Amino acid sequence: MSSSLIIGQYIPTDSVIHRLDPRSKIAIIFFYVVIVFFANSVMSYGVLALFAVGSALLSRVPFRYIMKGLKPVWFLIVFTFLLHLFVTREGDVAFSIFGWDVYREGLVQGGAISLRFFLLILVTSLLTLTTTPIEITDAIEELLGPLKKVKFPVHELALMMSISLRFIPTLMQETEKISKAQASRGVDFRTGTLKDRVKAIVPLLVPLFVSAFKRAEELAMAMEARGYQGGEGRTKLRELRISKLDISLYVLFALLVIALFMTRS
Amino acid sequence: MHISFEHVSYTYQPNSPFEHKALNDMTFSIESGSFVAVIGHTGSGKSTLIQHLNGLLQPTEGKIHLGDYTIEAGVKNKHLRELRENVGVVFQYPEHQLFEETVAKDIAFGPQNFGVPQEEIERRTKAAVKATKLPEDLLDRSPFDLSGGQMRRVAISGVLAMDPKVLVLDEPTAGLDPSGQKEVMDMFYDLHHEKGLTTILVTHSMEDALAYADYILIMNHGELYKEGTPLDIFRQKEDLEQVQLDVPEVIAFLSKAEKEYGINLEYKGQTIAELAKELARKVRGGSDHE
Repeated sequence: MSSSLIIGQYIPTDSVIHRLDPRSKIAIIFFYVVIVFFANSVMSYGVLALFAVGSALLSRVPFRYIMKGLKPVWFLIVFTFLLHLFVTREGDVAFSIFGWDVYREGLVQGGAISLRFFLLILVTSLLTLTTTPIEITDAIEELLGPLKKVKFPVHELALMMSISLRFIPTLMQETEKISKAQASRGVDFRTGTLKDRVKAIVPLLVPLFVSAFKRAEELAMAMEARGYQGGEGRTKLRELRISKLDISLYVLFALLVIALFMTRS
Repeated sequence: MHISFEHVSYTYQPNSPFEHKALNDMTFSIESGSFVAVIGHTGSGKSTLIQHLNGLLQPTEGKIHLGDYTIEAGVKNKHLRELRENVGVVFQYPEHQLFEETVAKDIAFGPQNFGVPQEEIERRTKAAVKATKLPEDLLDRSPFDLSGGQMRRVAISGVLAMDPKVLVLDEPTAGLDPSGQKEVMDMFYDLHHEKGLTTILVTHSMEDALAYADYILIMNHGELYKEGTPLDIFRQKEDLEQVQLDVPEVIAFLSKAEKEYGINLEYKGQTIAELAKELARKVRGGSDHE
């Protein structure tokens, strides 16, 4: 289950993409998501796809692995495509199957929307594949920094995020451990009626909650014992720095935007 | 139940960047009724190995025979339920699996899943509680109100109540105080003999392996490094050091006695103090003759 979904998983292949400042990555991806919606010609989609696929290749994460990991999302992409195909009724009839007319416009629309979908998911999953959760939360804390002026608890929010992210794998392991222990005691999580399966979750959830609360309490105690104090005046072990690499990314992205608007029809 | 592994390998997350071969071509067999200790350094594949014993993991290559059951790579196995009823597994920190409102209900959970009739469950619960030396008035309490040691005993009772023929123990004494450790191990040892169980103990304690097991499997990097009787195994100090394992103190003492005085003492489960006296007698006895 967990092995097929790669969104949120970090792969340490140490590429140029990995070495970029996480703030740059987040900002660029944000703008990329915006400009994807400006594309309206084959060429402009081509330019966008080139950027996305190029980044994926540069990340040195095996491309086939990314594709395999996007499997659950493929369903959504194909579904959107088919929906457009059958619902749009503009333009000429391209062809018909089983007595249902498929219109040219539907084909184009469906293709465009699916491609957008694919590009968005590819680029955003590239962020988590090449950036550690800690880097991401650090970057978010920095990017939200200005909000501190209006008393928004940016540091606390970032801390909450990093703690949650930190404990996801721990809780996953715990879930696996407990489900194995209960399976050994004859619980069957996979077969049976829906009611049986819901019932089978109780012996899993109760111990999981108990241990999560215990962990939370221990963590709070450990932080307090070491005199943790958030927010103002707290320094970082690893400071984020914009390097030449980031500057070249900005230049590249600016070129992408120009190319996109030149190829728009 | 006789257990045998034939060229068993297991790979975690095959065909991904996280691919990891945890077991590599393991072949061995465990006689019915024997007490086997599995030892090895952290990450040597012990936990992966024991998860094959009740079909939680299925080998990616090879075949496992457990009594009349066979688990084979690439074949869908239907009889997992029966197998799990016969192979009880006590995981590390088993108290983490408690969830019911009362101790009695939690102990009854396993047998209930396997469709054991109610009167039989009650009989087994009483027997299990007696074996783990839990006071019977705890049965109606919530397991979360108990002390850590008691919780562990409740969890162990829950596995015993399944009335398994094979008992798999994954470091059952981790985190207990020394007297608690000895009590729990002695309890498993007594049960092993009383019920004629086949017991497989995963442990980091060489002392326990020596004291309780009649056969030892040593694992290293997912492979079977050595197997043999405790005395055979622990005589091979250099080979053990190669895989970062120590020799129990008693055996180290015996080897040293042999080296320093040329005296070969026979080991029959004595403590160091007893052996020291024996040695002193022999050394003195020897010098008397001269």
